[in-house]
This record gives sequence, structure tokens and C-alpha cells, in this order.
Amino acid sequence: MSYNAGKFDVAVIGAGHAGTEAALASARLGCNTIIFTINNDAVGNCPCNPSIGGTAKGHLVREIDALGGEMGKTADECFLQMRMLNRGKGPAVHSLRAQIDRRKYADTMKHKIELQENLILRQAEITKLEKSNNGEWLLTTRMDALFTAKAVIIATGTYLGGRIYVGETSYESGPDGIFPAKFLGESLKNLGLSLRRFKTGTPARVLKSSIDFTELEVQNGDEPPVPFSYDTDNLGENKVVCHISWTNPKTKQIIQDNIHRSPLYAGKIDGIGPRYCPSIEDKIVRFANKERHQLFIEPCGLDTEEMYLQGMSSSLPEEVQTEFYKSIKGLENVVIMRPAYAIEYDCVDPIQMDSTLEFRDCPGLYGAGQFNGSSGYEEAAAQGLVAGINAALKIQGKEPFILDRASSYIGTLIDDLVTKGVSDPYRMMTSRSEYRLVLRQDNADVRLTPLGRELGLISDNRWEKYTEKQELKKQEYKRIKNTVFSPTDELNKILVSRETSEVNTGVRMLDLLKRPQINYECLTSIDTNRPNIDSNIFEQVEIEIKYEGYIQKQLEQVEKMRRLEKKKLPNDVDYSTVTGLRLEAQEKLNKVRPQNIGQASRISGVSPADISVLLIWLSR
Amino acid sequence: MSTIAAISTAQGEGGIGVIRISGENSAEIADKIFKSVSGKKLSEIEGYRALFGNIYKEGEVIDEAVALNFKAPHSFTGENVVELSCHGGVFITREVLSAVIDAGAVLAEPGEFTKRAYLNGKMDLTEAEAVMDLISAKSKSAARAAMYVKEGTLFKKSRAVKESLLTTAAHLSAWADYPEEDIPEVTDNSVLQSVKNSIDVLSKLLSTYNIGQAVKEGIDTVIVGRPNAGKSTLMNILSGVERSIVTSIEGTTRDVIEDTVVVGNVILRLSDTAGIRQTDNEIEKIGVEKTLKKIESASLVIALFDGSKPLTDEDISLIDKIKNVPSIAVINKTDLESNINTEYIIKNIENTVFISAKNEDNIDELRNIIEKLAGTENFDPSAGIIANERQKNAVKKAVDSLKEAESALKFGFTMDAVTVLISEAIDYLLELTGEKAGEEIVDRVFHNFCVGK
Repeated sequence: MSYNAGKFDVAVIGAGHAGTEAALASARLGCNTIIFTINNDAVGNCPCNPSIGGTAKGHLVREIDALGGEMGKTADECFLQMRMLNRGKGPAVHSLRAQIDRRKYADTMKHKIELQENLILRQAEITKLEKSNNGEWLLTTRMDALFTAKAVIIATGTYLGGRIYVGETSYESGPDGIFPAKFLGESLKNLGLSLRRFKTGTPARVLKSSIDFTELEVQNGDEPPVPFSYDTDNLGENKVVCHISWTNPKTKQIIQDNIHRSPLYAGKIDGIGPRYCPSIEDKIVRFANKERHQLFIEPCGLDTEEMYLQGMSSSLPEEVQTEFYKSIKGLENVVIMRPAYAIEYDCVDPIQMDSTLEFRDCPGLYGAGQFNGSSGYEEAAAQGLVAGINAALKIQGKEPFILDRASSYIGTLIDDLVTKGVSDPYRMMTSRSEYRLVLRQDNADVRLTPLGRELGLISDNRWEKYTEKQELKKQEYKRIKNTVFSPTDELNKILVSRETSEVNTGVRMLDLLKRPQINYECLTSIDTNRPNIDSNIFEQVEIEIKYEGYIQKQLEQVEKMRRLEKKKLPNDVDYSTVTGLRLEAQEKLNKVRPQNIGQASRISGVSPADISVLLIWLSR
Repeated sequence: MSTIAAISTAQGEGGIGVIRISGENSAEIADKIFKSVSGKKLSEIEGYRALFGNIYKEGEVIDEAVALNFKAPHSFTGENVVELSCHGGVFITREVLSAVIDAGAVLAEPGEFTKRAYLNGKMDLTEAEAVMDLISAKSKSAARAAMYVKEGTLFKKSRAVKESLLTTAAHLSAWADYPEEDIPEVTDNSVLQSVKNSIDVLSKLLSTYNIGQAVKEGIDTVIVGRPNAGKSTLMNILSGVERSIVTSIEGTTRDVIEDTVVVGNVILRLSDTAGIRQTDNEIEKIGVEKTLKKIESASLVIALFDGSKPLTDEDISLIDKIKNVPSIAVINKTDLESNINTEYIIKNIENTVFISAKNEDNIDELRNIIEKLAGTENFDPSAGIIANERQKNAVKKAVDSLKEAESALKFGFTMDAVTVLISEAIDYLLELTGEKAGEEIVDRVFHNFCVGK
């Protein structure tokens, strides 16, 4: 017997990285929110790598934090090791990555959800989703409880129609041995959403004491470690190290001999796997002439002996996994605790959504995370935050919150998803942003915190800190503009040691910092009036001076793009009635339904001539 | 909105060529290249007024013109408009347009004046339908042009550059996006090499713009020879007696006369030059230098020798100058007694013809040789040339981005800045071939590199 279990503003289905951010944002914006999970112990779970951040993903985490999201803070609280990747390759590609304690991360996130005002955490599998006659969403659980909500956010991850593959074995399952969501897919199809199958995979977890670390290369964290969150003042010390090993010809031989037993190569999996995260058997088949592949051995936490083998995901049978893992140096006697597996799941083509992550044809229904065809914890969290914010704003009758490509990696991610669609799970990369010299991880706060404040997700305390920092930055800029160094031997010694030309007249510190070879650090001994402020301020000032010309150029491109973004396209156009558009353009435009001319111009199959036609049509 | 400019009269023959400039800064831009005789400025006079004066490019007068001033909204487009009416002919109108672009205007897209006119309410709905047709027709012809480019050598050449840049950009991206994978280190040197090679190829391609123009608008041909060898007579014969039927501009500061003539199927843009000889006279020296420069830049040289006199040292040095460029040796004055030893000419110049300009003897033979030479590969339109302004602009922008990347590398800037500039160059090359910028680099990363967890 079905019973009425409660009425909410927003219901979130799934409590992974997307769901938790969505629910927290919605509740913090004042909406009465409920978040469903199949297992309360799986809230904020990290079913794959025990790390947060990495290239471009680190940017996303900083941006989530700058907007008032939770991922960065939680990662800081649970970090085991911090590394700033790509130092030396330029500020645009600096990316922070944290090894984290995965159980602690999940517990911390769950506790935050539990403590959050306006938010209820509920263990239940949603089996049915319908729209009532009065436009409200009806959610039915496996136990026949009936919940009502004004908006629903779907963040089902790999649970929706989840199926695990290991060699010849296959069964319905979510990740980490948790139930899959078996019934919800049917409701979504009834609502008119078209579903597709994607797949992903994870390597084995192995017992620490069975690994021989003596000859493996050690990977240490940064000293001192840098936090993700602008709220974290003191991160503390790095707590673990990682190790690096390599596959060898024997590994390759074992995999090649058994490739027919891989469900993918035996044709059992239909799902489309990610290109960026191939299994080891994929790597060996596709890059046959590569003699060795690298793997990282990463601890899963401080209170566990499970180790994660990054780079070694596989869906080969358990006995084959055991054999090839053992062929690797350091793993000769390895004991597997959880085998590697591939998982196939249902997701949607995100082209059905607007930039608010609301389904165009199902008002009040939102999607986020792997359900939208992306991959990765950070990509999921970013979408969750935006979906949660927009669901709340819509209920409150406010203007939607849309981040454009020039504002953030989050905006780029969502624009890519809803404009171009995806053909395989989407991973964020710095190369996906055309404005990457502007969208740096060091300035995420400048770009987004004012927006977060306007939304109401940034506390007074945080805002005060932010404005104070901007003031200090201004002063510092002024200081280095007014600081003139005499052409002393000491200065010239520094310049020569940095392989840049000497000076014979006085020189402004600002002009010295314009040289690529010169940074704050090398000037420390002569820059005697340097204030004692946050080092991030020096970093930002230096980058903005050094890269001024390039940044200026990108800002001009941003201006150009934004002018096109301002030309809105109505929602209810039938593009096949627009004279002058080519047929392909009509079809693509009808499918994507871009919100403005800028977005339309990024659709493949829409030519510059089509855009001219649209512009004319628009101003008629 | 930017200020745009284009030639708004039909290209080709015609008494007058009009260059239209439209946009907020039309008058200011025109003032930079147009100096009125009265000293008045276009930006200071009222609408519906005209000024007469000279057009300057790089400090030199290139033509006389009448400038018409229209003030928004009382103009064709509804914006501030200046129309420069100059002497017609493709060469000169193009020069004027190029001066206007250098002064800050943007080259108008096909149909852009009409589009602006519509957007500013200068047209009604029925007319708007016509605009739609016009624009879609334009894009169809643009598509045809792109097809031609796709099949041609230009496409192949630019594609080779694009491929090599894509490989470099993908390597840089993989290296930045997968710092912990086993990606080979990207060295400054390898990137610099790739950038430099691309600049070289594209710069060469850019220089073919002139050949492309030659095919469409005439082969740049120069007639050289000693004074009184008969250059002017020959020019008159090739031009036809009535010179008024072709455009003729007498330069005020240079002794070069241009004519556009049709020889069989070939259009020649003929320049008569000052004679080449050793001189101490400063002014004549300048004339000689101009002639030498003209020889270097010309696509075809017609060298005229006086058959009634022996070869002079000047003749010999002229032969040495032109023996490696497409050239025709014309030995004139066969109506007089021959006093010339032609051995040195025939040895060095492949095409030699004997004529009498005065009697118009053997002129057909000369026309045949010109046609034959014009038909050779030197003037083959499919030999990978840049055919229009749009293509030229795309290649030029790509070269600019790459040069910036080159200097970023030399100054020791980090690879992120360099990568952005290379990606920009790739986008321009995609624009050139009508492809759309998109996921090329990302796709290439996954294709070329084994990356991932």
C-alpha cells in the first residue's frame, strides 16, 4: 500500500558527488530538500580513485569552492597528500590534486548533509517518477512511500540500470556491491527521455602488506601542501606517499593471451567507454607497440590497508587479473582485496537539457553527473551544484543561474554537454577551454565568489575575507609599481643567475616581473618592504603582470563571445520555418535548441552563414 | 559594431570604382587615407557633402578620388557612411580598399551592408526576404568556393600545416592534461621548429595571393629596356591604339605607367618603366631602382632590345637580372638593319622573338609566346594559390598567431601561452578551409597518446 511520506520543494535522487552538492545548494538557498540514496553508507562514496582534483578537475574543485560548494572543503578535511601538478608548464595548467581518505570523505560529507538545515537524508530506492495533474513530481520508493516535490534532480551515477562485468561473469549491480536502481529507468523513458548505455571501470584494491615497496619509485606530496578551499587556513602535513611501478612484456603477454575473455572484446558490453580512462587491456590493444605502462599505487585511507592501483582498471576474469598484476614489479605476491571490474549504466544525452541542466521537455526535472554523460567526481559535483542552485531559483521564481564558457570550467563543461552532446563519458581537460589563460585555478575566487555571494551561498565571514584579499591585492600591485630597484651588483647577480639581461639604470619591480625568468621568490632578498600577506596574492599579481598581453587578448575574445551570448533565441522556434537555413542546420538547431546565438554558433553543422541568417531572422 | 568596408561596384572594367565604408568611425578612418584639396576633413563636414582629394597608401598618393559623406541615419546602411569614388579598374580599387583596411576598417562579409541596412530599419519586409535569398546565395557560392579550395593544392598545403600544428598542439595538451602519464617531454625546440616550419609554408602561401590576383585580374607584366628601344610603341600595340579603353594611371611620383590589356585569353597588367642605365642623377637613380624592384615583383618580364644597335653593358646586365624569371626577349626594329649579336640573349632567355613594333611585324608571334607562357605552371590557378581576400586574411591571421607563439617561445614564456596561440592558428586554418573549429585537439590527444587511469 502506497502512503504519503512528505512534501518537499526539491528531491534529489542519488547522494554521490553530484547529488550531495545539489542537495546542499538547494537547502542552503532555503528550499525544503530531501536527498535519496540506496544506501546511507554510500553518501559521498568514491567508488574509483581515492583522490580529488587533477588537471582541469582541480580547477573545477576550486570553482565549486569559490561558489560556495562543499567538495573542496571536504577534500581539504580528508586529504592525505597534496600535489600541484604541472608546475613549470604555466599558470593556466597548474592543477591541484589531493589523495584523500575515502571513508573519511564519505563520512564527512554524510555528516554535513545530516547537519544541514532544510535537508533530509533518506535511504530509499526511487522506483517511479511521475508528474501529477497539478504539475508536482511524485516519487515512489521501493517500500511504496510516496514523496511529492516541486523539482527533482536526478544524480544516479552508475546505479541506474547498473551491470557489472568481470570476465565471463556479469550481474546487475551498482558500484562497491551496492544495489543498482533497477526501476527508475522505465519512468524516465515514460517521461520521454532517451536513455543510452555508457560504461566505466575501476582497478583492483590490494593489500598493502602484500606489496614490496623497496624498489618502487616514491611520489611525495608538495611541501608545504596547498589547500583547495579559500576557507581552509591551515591544511597540516602530508600524511602518505604514493608509489610508481610499470607493466612489462610479461604483463602484456598475459593480457594478450586472454583478451578474448574480456567482455568488451568478446562483444558482451554495448556501453561506450571513456576514451580518457581506458582499461589496461584497451591500452595494450590500442597502443600495441608501447612496451610498458605506468601505474600508481595509492593508499585508500589511514585506517585501511587497501591500496588502489591507478592505471590498471580491467574487466578481465579474476584469475587473469591476479596473474597480470603479479607480473608487475613490487606486486609479485600481491593479494587482491576487491577485484577490478567494468560497470555499465544508463544515462541521457545531455543535448536534451538547457544550460540550467533542466530537461527542456520536462520542466522541473534536472540531471547531474554521470547521468548526464560525464565522468569523474569533480565534473559530477560541478553539475550538481549548478542543478541544485537552478532548481531552487526556479521554485523561488528567480532568474536562472547560467555560467558561460568564459566564466569558468564549470560553464565550459555544461556548455559542452548541452551544446555538443557526448559520444563517450566526458572528462574535463584544460584543452577544452579556449579561455584557459583567464580561467586559472588561482583566480577562481575572483571569477566566481561575487556570483556565489549574490546567490547567497557565501557567508559574511568568507565575503569579508574575500574583499579584504582584493584590497590587499590592489595595494600590492601599487607597491610593486612604485618599488624601484637600483642597478646594484646584487640585483644584477640575481638577473644573471636567472639567465636574463642585466640592468644599468633603476628598474621598477613591476617591469622585472614582466620577464618570464623573474618571479617573486628570486627577488625576496632585495624586496625588503614585502608585506606579510597570503602568498596567493603574490601569485595572482605576478601572473596578471607577466601574462598581461595574452590575458588581454583572451579578454577581447571573451567580449566578442559574450556579445553573441547576449542575443537570445526564443525557446519555441521551429527552425525548419526559418528561410535561408540549410537543412542540416535546421535539424541540429531543432535538436539542441540553443538559448542564444553564441551557443548556436558552437553546434557542429551550423555554419557561419547559418548564423547570419539567424541574426537577421532574430532582429525581424 | 565595427566599421566595415568593401568595393561596392562590380569588379572589372568601368569608369569609376566605389569603396564603401560603413560604421561609426567611417569618416575618421577615411580621413586617415584621404586628404582633400581644400584641407577639410570628412569627420568635420556635414552629411550629403562631397570632397575632392587624394588617396594615400604608405605615404604615397595612389589615386585621386571624390569622397561622399553620409551621416547616420541618412545613408544606405543607416550608419555613418563614406563612399570613395576613385578611378575604376580592379587594381586601383583594390589598392584603395587595402589602404582603408590598413586604416582600421574591417573587410565586410558578403551581404553585410545589406544586412546592416536591414537591421537599421532601412528596408521593409519584402526587401528583407530578398536579403535572405541574397545571403543564402552568397553562402552557396562560398560553399562552392570552399569546395574548389578543398580539391586544390591550397587545401592540401594548408592541411599539411594544420596537421603538423594539430600534432604539436595535441602533444602539448596531452603533456599538460596528463602530467603523470608516460608522455614524452615537449621541448621548446621541437615546438619552435614546428611553429617555424608552419610560418614558412604559410608565408609562401601568402605570397601566392598576388599570383591568384594575377590570374583573376591580370598577370603583372613589366616591359623593360633601354630608352628608345620601343617600349612605348610596343605597349601601345599591345594595348590597342585607343588607350582610353583601358585604365591608365600615371603615377605622380614614379615613372611607371600601367595598362590592363587582353592578349588572347590572357589578361596582362602592363607596366612601362624607366630605362635601366648607370646614372649619377639622383632622380633617375630612383627611377632605375623602381624598375629593378618591379622586375623582381613582376610575374612576367618583356625585355626589349634595339636590334639596330649592338648590345650594351646595360643590356647584358638586364639579361643577367631576368634570366631566372619568366621572361620574353623581344628584339625590335627588324625594319632596320640588324646590328645586334643575339647569341647572349638566346643563350640566357628561352623565349626570343624578332618584331618590328613600328610595322607591327610578327606581333602575333609575340602574342602566342605570351599566351604560351601564361598557360605554363607559373600561372596555373590550381597550383595552390590564395584566391580571395577572405582566404588571405585567414592565412595572415594564422601567421600572426604563430609569430606571436614564436616570440613567446623565444622570450621563455610558459607552454600554456604558447599552446593557446597555436590553437588560435589552427582555428584560423580551419576557417580557411571552411571546416569548423571544435574537438580536433582533444580527439587527437586520445588518438595519439595512451592516457588515463
